[in-house]
Amino acid sequence: MPEGIGRPTVAVWKFASCDGCQLSLLSAEDELLTIAGEIDIAYFLEATREVKDGPYDVSLVEGSITTPADAERIRHIRDISTTLITIGACATAGGIQALRNFGDVEDFRSLVYARPEYVDTLADSTAIAEHVPVDLELRGCPIETSQLVEVINAILAGRKPVTPTHSVCVECKLRGNLCVAVAHGTPCLGPVTQAGCNARCPSFDRGCYGCFGPAESPNTASLASWLEDRFALDHPELVRLFRTFNADAPAFRGESRRHEPEEVAT
Amino acid sequence: MSHSHDRTISVEALARVEGEGAMHVEVADGRVEQVQLRIYEPPRFFEAMLRGRSYLEPPDITARICGICPVAYQLSAINAIESLCRVGTPGGIALPDGIRQLRRLLYCGEWIESHVLHIFLLHAPDFLGYQGAIEMAADHRDLVETALRLRKAGNQLLEVIGGRAIHPINVRVGGFHRAPTRAELEAMVPELQWGRDAAIEAARLVAGFTFPELDQGHTFASLRPELDRLPPGATGYPIEDGRLVTTTGLDIGIEEWPEHFHEEHVAHSTALHGRMTGGGTYLVGPAARFNLNADRLPAAIAELAEEVGCAEAVTNPFRSIVVRAIETAYAFDEALRLVEAYERPEEPAVPVEPVAGTGHGATEAPRGVLYHRYTLDDDGLITDAVIVPPTSQNQPAIEEDLLDFVQAHLELDDDALQWQCEQAIRNYDPCISCSTHFLDLTVRRR
Repeated sequence: MPEGIGRPTVAVWKFASCDGCQLSLLSAEDELLTIAGEIDIAYFLEATREVKDGPYDVSLVEGSITTPADAERIRHIRDISTTLITIGACATAGGIQALRNFGDVEDFRSLVYARPEYVDTLADSTAIAEHVPVDLELRGCPIETSQLVEVINAILAGRKPVTPTHSVCVECKLRGNLCVAVAHGTPCLGPVTQAGCNARCPSFDRGCYGCFGPAESPNTASLASWLEDRFALDHPELVRLFRTFNADAPAFRGESRRHEPEEVAT
Repeated sequence: MSHSHDRTISVEALARVEGEGAMHVEVADGRVEQVQLRIYEPPRFFEAMLRGRSYLEPPDITARICGICPVAYQLSAINAIESLCRVGTPGGIALPDGIRQLRRLLYCGEWIESHVLHIFLLHAPDFLGYQGAIEMAADHRDLVETALRLRKAGNQLLEVIGGRAIHPINVRVGGFHRAPTRAELEAMVPELQWGRDAAIEAARLVAGFTFPELDQGHTFASLRPELDRLPPGATGYPIEDGRLVTTTGLDIGIEEWPEHFHEEHVAHSTALHGRMTGGGTYLVGPAARFNLNADRLPAAIAELAEEVGCAEAVTNPFRSIVVRAIETAYAFDEALRLVEAYERPEEPAVPVEPVAGTGHGATEAPRGVLYHRYTLDDDGLITDAVIVPPTSQNQPAIEEDLLDFVQAHLELDDDALQWQCEQAIRNYDPCISCSTHFLDLTVRRR
């Protein structure tokens, strides 16, 4: 983290993604103009045509790497950034588009495009950290605006940001939620998913679906066998449950692989 | 330089659009030879990823196509699946009014946050001569603060009903996971009332901007709800439901979409272009909705439209910002009506069993008609998916606009022409992230 730098230059970059995480910055309605006064927004195409040349004190990176050109571009961005922060499930785990990593990208390409030879794509969708060193990861699909504001505050104050690595279960307890799994029999990934959303889904009587990716030291195997025994989820259902927006995060990837049919598993 | 007969204008990265794209214009001998709208947004293959997934998953998965209009994806997907699984269809499972009201109310929230983002933060800086909203805030702080408060009101609707502003978590096939109480909705009424008044003022403000001349005689297409299916009190401006109509007289059910619209894979391009079969290019979006459904606006909003110079059809794309503001005022007005009418359903969702076959669905995303089609097998797994986002449909017309606009404004110097071309592209609020297949595009005309 840059320490006590007066007015840091900040750049916002986009790779394969939905724009939702950088939109989270514009959605900080109460803080946006104050933040804009404290930082120097040097490159943020979604918001302004004004572009200032690097290097930059802080780069916020949204999206995953899916093309050869983007694999080059992220190396350049790393070179011109003092601190590089990845924001969201695409940047931290490859995103929903990493579902291709479990199939054959050639099939995907020819299914969607009549002239697949024109579509330049890599076989896998990968997290930014697989290409360059990353200083901080913000999880979520999308990230929470409050966490982004916390990180910007921390940078301005020259301190470490507070971003919990415990599970969603802890947030449910803190909110006083009834456990949707125990009380309603709703399958829930809360025990293995990282906190940060303030248990949004269980608060709406829905099981957690893993937007924030694996928590620290998640026991996915135990949860999966519980879901299998108690809620009679079959193997294809377990594969789909672990294989969504953070499908390629190692803990979720490993668990979904365990429930694949033998002949398909690689 | 400014009056040279041969010139090239390149914008390597378009700003203030959702997603990543570039523009390239070539002029030779005083004639525009080439306009390239090059979109380098990497492909994400959503239609392929959906194969093998459960019929209950498209609302969550397709929301991730776009962080600005996830509700549009969720509800178009739900319409397609529910129409196949006989929910809300004649003789099928009835949807309680409360669920229909919540869906429309949620969608009002998305129209508000998306329209306000575009009007004030992305497009107004062009008209007022600023690089972006943050620069604009230095001179027009009140305007930007009003915009942020309006956006927050829209996001609040999404939070309370959808559980999250970006990628709502409470939306499901059959309804919701949890239906909010009347009290939770009523708590938003004061801010919605403020928002309606502020949006009306905003419409008056943007109507005073200076609009370059442009009228291409485009065909417009939008949804139009059937009057006999409207709940009491609704005036039927299209949002989450309707038949598909055009200014050339087409009037079809959504299940007839494939017979009338198709996507072309153009030579020298990997983009799929939306085309009307036998009818060429067409436009969807706020102007299309307004031109085809102005009679469906409530009296107060219709009066506003007339006051801000939209008594007739709006055919100059630069004036689309005014229509967006009218629709924002309408979305607040409609949200207030829906909160008043809301009856909390006994159950937040109806049970939906899968049916093998193909279902079609469409809704009015902030940027225009968004069409989804799914084919399910006997187990309710998806075997085929087709998604046609609004920006793919608008892209051919955007290029036509650019070509003619550049030809008519060759007297401008490069910087001014470039900025006005960008502004012309932003007339359509193009969402490049949305355009799941919208890549390298080259247009050559001689």
